[in-house]
Amino acid sequence: MTDVATGPVIRAHDVHKSFGSLEVLKGIDLTVERGEVVCLLGASGSGKSTFLRCVNHLETVDRGFILVDGRLIGSDLVRGRLHEARPSVVTERRSRIGMVFQQFNLFGHMTVLENVILAPMRVKKEAREVAVERAVRLLGRVGLGNKQDSYPAHLSGGQQQRVAIARALAMEPTLMLFDEPTSALDPELVGEVLDVMRYLAASGMTMMVVTHEMGFARQVADTAVFMSEGRIVEQGPPEKVIGAPDHERTRAFLGKVL
Amino acid sequence: MSGSTDTRFHHDRVDLADLVAIADHEPVRRRAAGQKVGGAVILVLAGFVVAILVTNPGFDWPTVGRYLFDVSVLEGIAVTLELTIAAMSVGIVCGVVLAVLRQSGGPIPRFAATLYIWFFRGTPVLVQVLFWGFAASLFPRIGLGIPGGGFLVSWDTNEVIPIFAAAVLGLGFNEAAYVAEIVRGGLLSVPAGQSEAADALGLGRLATLRFVVLPQAMRAIIPPIGNQFISMLKMTSVVLVIGVGDLLESVTQIYSRNYRQIPLLIVASIWYLVMTTLLTLVQARLEKRFGRSLSRVGGAR
Ligand SMILES: Nc1ncnc2c1ncn2[C@@H]1O[C@H](COP(=O)(O)OP(=O)(O)O)[C@@H](O)[C@H]1O
Ligand SMILES: [Mg+2]
Repeated sequence: MTDVATGPVIRAHDVHKSFGSLEVLKGIDLTVERGEVVCLLGASGSGKSTFLRCVNHLETVDRGFILVDGRLIGSDLVRGRLHEARPSVVTERRSRIGMVFQQFNLFGHMTVLENVILAPMRVKKEAREVAVERAVRLLGRVGLGNKQDSYPAHLSGGQQQRVAIARALAMEPTLMLFDEPTSALDPELVGEVLDVMRYLAASGMTMMVVTHEMGFARQVADTAVFMSEGRIVEQGPPEKVIGAPDHERTRAFLGKVL
Repeated sequence: MSGSTDTRFHHDRVDLADLVAIADHEPVRRRAAGQKVGGAVILVLAGFVVAILVTNPGFDWPTVGRYLFDVSVLEGIAVTLELTIAAMSVGIVCGVVLAVLRQSGGPIPRFAATLYIWFFRGTPVLVQVLFWGFAASLFPRIGLGIPGGGFLVSWDTNEVIPIFAAAVLGLGFNEAAYVAEIVRGGLLSVPAGQSEAADALGLGRLATLRFVVLPQAMRAIIPPIGNQFISMLKMTSVVLVIGVGDLLESVTQIYSRNYRQIPLLIVASIWYLVMTTLLTLVQARLEKRFGRSLSRVGGAR
């Protein structure tokens, strides 16, 4: 299997998802091009996290499909029908999608360095020296070269989130997903995390970011997508969607967060 | 009566200079009156106990001394330790498997694990050990074949399951039910965000369990498993009923010959205390080690 180096990174088509009787995604269509930064905006409960989690198959899609790099993540097309893929296959396909969580979710029993080298060693079966070398480089890039041997509990929230970003980057992802990466941070620590993300965007990474940081969205996003009640209401350049939205719902939402 | 001569009420009226002079002395702490009385009562009781232990010839301390390091007693200790370790190993391995099945297996494995735990927690361990001891009478031969159609190959049960193994299985399978509950509690204590982050990194289910979840569950698992070890050490004495030759059996053998039950039971108690004390020390160390560096920070969800 070769990587599809051209074409869109994400192609979501008519994605539906329900939890019990609650329909959370009601048909999402979205294309994300290579190197594009997409910011997902919307009120709490509008389905942003759920959609993000569908992209790397942390949630299964009920209807429709999502292609990442031209490949299905959680299912296979067999004789004209989608079949759920084996867990080991899903795991392998997912490993090229990095994800950063609101709560960081660093592994508390491991040092910063161990957090970053775990997946390269256990999933990609890299030699320790190779994994360590890359980890050191990445930690330097997020400004934490001197924190390798610290445990997460001894770091600030901003530092933990930067480690989490380095940990995701260590798998050399073609796509990075961020779910409100700065929402759990003290205000004075938001900037250092956004700086790393800005740097990442500038280096050409394809990113999908759920955020309430409108300044960041305006400045960094190529596309802003506004979601409401499980649907995409409006999408386009951020200056348009945030600056001069067409829809009443978008205006109401922005009125609250800006 | 002016009260001015009654100095009891004047201690709080002091010269500042006096206070400054003694400022670096710690105040003399009062002990509550109850504490003094309680302490005295306990000392008196302890005195009685010591007096009884020393003066009652029934305790027969010379005999205790004579048998404390008797060869058959020491052999019994070895058997008790071997049993404890073997049974706990069986219990921990089976218990972890049960816990994982119960937590993430399909409906049938989950039901099977629940049934297992129900059965083994619901019947006395003594009965279970007796069952294994008498397995030979239930299945005189075990082997491979068609149910009802005779064996293709078979062995004498007593040879395949010697009495020591019967004891280990009896104690271990029973233990597994308790370990399973402890491990399950430990797994649940690890925030869901941890395995989610591992999933997102592409770690498979086993790798997630081994590298991310289990090590963090250890902090919740080690202390109760330590207690189980200590209970097991004492519980091995029930295998007396099937004759494995453990510490308790060694002393009962001796007193069945010389009729000095009390001193020999004291010998056994001393050794059980020595072993449980050592285990308690080991447990304290392990708790310290696994408590290090673990934190809820960054894992909350
Ligand atoms: N695992 C789940 N089970 C049940 N309901 C869920 C689950 N995850 C999310 N939901 C519900 O789906 C809706 C959308 O949630 P989410 O995608 O987290 O929204 P957002 O990220 O935009 O705030 C919410 O009403 C939420 O309660
Ligand atoms: Mg969310």
